Amino acid sequence: MAEPGELLVIGYGNPGRGDDGLGPEFARRLADQAVPGVRVEIDYQLTVDHALAVAEAGRVLFVDAAMGLDKPCKLARLSPDHGAALDSHSLSPEAVLALAELLYGQRPEGSLLAIGGERFGEVSEGLSPAAERNLDLGQAMFRAWLADNPAAPPRI
Amino acid sequence: MGEPRLIEISPVTRVEGHGKVTIHLNDRNEVDEARLHIVEFRGFERFIRGRLLWEVPVIVQRLCGICPVSHHLAAAKAMDMIVGVDVLPPTAEKMRRLMHYGQVMQSHVLHFFHLAAPDLLFGFGAPAERRNIFEVIRENPELGRRAVAMRRFGQEIIEATAGKKIHGTGAVPGGINRNLDIATRDRLLAQVEEMLLWAQDALALARGYTLDHADLVANFAAFPSNHMALARAGDGALDLYHGQLRAIDAGGGTIFEGVDYRRYHDLLVEDVRPWSYMKFPFIRDLGPEAGWYRVGPLARMNVAAFIDTPLADAAHRDMKAATGGRPNNTALANHWARMIEVLHCVEKIRDLLHDTDLQGTDLIATGERRREGIGVIEAPRGNLIHHYEVDEHDQVTFCNLIVSTTHNNEGMNRAVKDVAVRYLGGQERISEGMLNHVEVAIRAFDPCLSCATHALGQMPLQVELIDAGGRVIDSRTRNG
Repeated sequence: MAEPGELLVIGYGNPGRGDDGLGPEFARRLADQAVPGVRVEIDYQLTVDHALAVAEAGRVLFVDAAMGLDKPCKLARLSPDHGAALDSHSLSPEAVLALAELLYGQRPEGSLLAIGGERFGEVSEGLSPAAERNLDLGQAMFRAWLADNPAAPPRI
Repeated sequence: MGEPRLIEISPVTRVEGHGKVTIHLNDRNEVDEARLHIVEFRGFERFIRGRLLWEVPVIVQRLCGICPVSHHLAAAKAMDMIVGVDVLPPTAEKMRRLMHYGQVMQSHVLHFFHLAAPDLLFGFGAPAERRNIFEVIRENPELGRRAVAMRRFGQEIIEATAGKKIHGTGAVPGGINRNLDIATRDRLLAQVEEMLLWAQDALALARGYTLDHADLVANFAAFPSNHMALARAGDGALDLYHGQLRAIDAGGGTIFEGVDYRRYHDLLVEDVRPWSYMKFPFIRDLGPEAGWYRVGPLARMNVAAFIDTPLADAAHRDMKAATGGRPNNTALANHWARMIEVLHCVEKIRDLLHDTDLQGTDLIATGERRREGIGVIEAPRGNLIHHYEVDEHDQVTFCNLIVSTTHNNEGMNRAVKDVAVRYLGGQERISEGMLNHVEVAIRAFDPCLSCATHALGQMPLQVELIDAGGRVIDSRTRNG
């Protein structure tokens, strides 16, 4: 169970698909830092069960790889999408937020950090040099964002 | 932060394989041919060559974010063979089984509640804005909360047995690398009775739908076929983790049974067709026309002599009675079969949690090294075959996988054609309803294009209508 005000960070993607592993790698590095008030989850994709974890969190930051960004990375607020098409096994972050609201009556603040990659699709491990650079910038962007929006430390 | 806004990310164009259906009309605008094409990313076999056998059960999980545990276990079974282990220590086999039942359960729950429920509750022709999980939850929020809780229960089991949700390491060549601690066991036991009740409710829902819509089920993408699955050695019981290959024909006659799965390549041929990336397996002795078969939950119900857990066995007998004991050759009854398997998995999970072998400390067996390993399990979507060869340096030199979606390739193509003939013939436009009928037929097989194509796991779909002159007269696309 999350603490009120806790920040849940979900990094998702497949580390076996080159730069699609940006989200999990971001989350792995963040977990290593053990930041107070920040809980980290890593997964291949978002599914319905993330709605419960999201509902329990005070805030949630989704971290995913992206292509076609006009910047190395972007961080922006999300709104729940109650009309999201659900024709596949995985969900968009907006749909997860909508499910958290619909199922549990919770509407935590949701944001998305999108980090640009360039090598997708091939079965390969490791990030491209461009993705590595963008990941560093994404981490810096996250730190600045967290400084402006500090996570509440867990209650003892 | 400013006002909420969206960042546009294009996951589909980014890493997805995707499905494309082409429907060819003749000069009378009747459906001549319908084909499901899979556009894929290749490279897994190349990726796996040169890897050390010890790391294969972990690496193969990168094939697929939808059912990584299935690949983990199938690869581990193949590696058991390579390290010369034919019988695992009881703790190892039971931990692996627990992992597998948790995986199958949560996968089936996701498919039933998330993907199928909107179609079943609101009808295939309902408007897209109504036919989604949000509407299901608005009408029955408790159902939605149960589905999430059941998913989470399955995930907790996977985490407890595999070590973590993503890239688990639990199964290793020759055994398992952990047992189940008492605290985790008790946490899971505290939930299992409730899961059992919910599984029975879900089964009642799927059964009720199938029987209440008997005409639709009997006529929607329904056609005779062969069925293949593992069955337990000796008594033919449903066994999702281990067994012998059994195949039956559409009338229930035995094609083969009691076959060691390490002989799969003697029995099955992987046919190649120029218009599809995905192969078309068939039973060698019957040839490509008569030898294609279906796998998956319904095929397993058809193949199994019985189920060795009481509630699921009663449900299995009930289902068999609905077809007079003959094989069920429909597509939509797969939903009923899935929920019988969910109940079976929860019963098995409960039994295993009460088994003290899970706290045993004999975790790994050893044996005499072999060059070749074949592992087969019944994954949520059906039979899954992993086949490897390794050299004297423990490096993989050969890899062949037949995943469930590939086994079902011919069945899915026939299902698409059946629906196309019934709902699209004589049309020059593809309506939302038509598109969804095609999707429902494909979805009944719960294909994981990710596995079949070695790309990530959504199911974006494009349908093209092609006239007798080869001209595309309409096209409609839905992204996952």
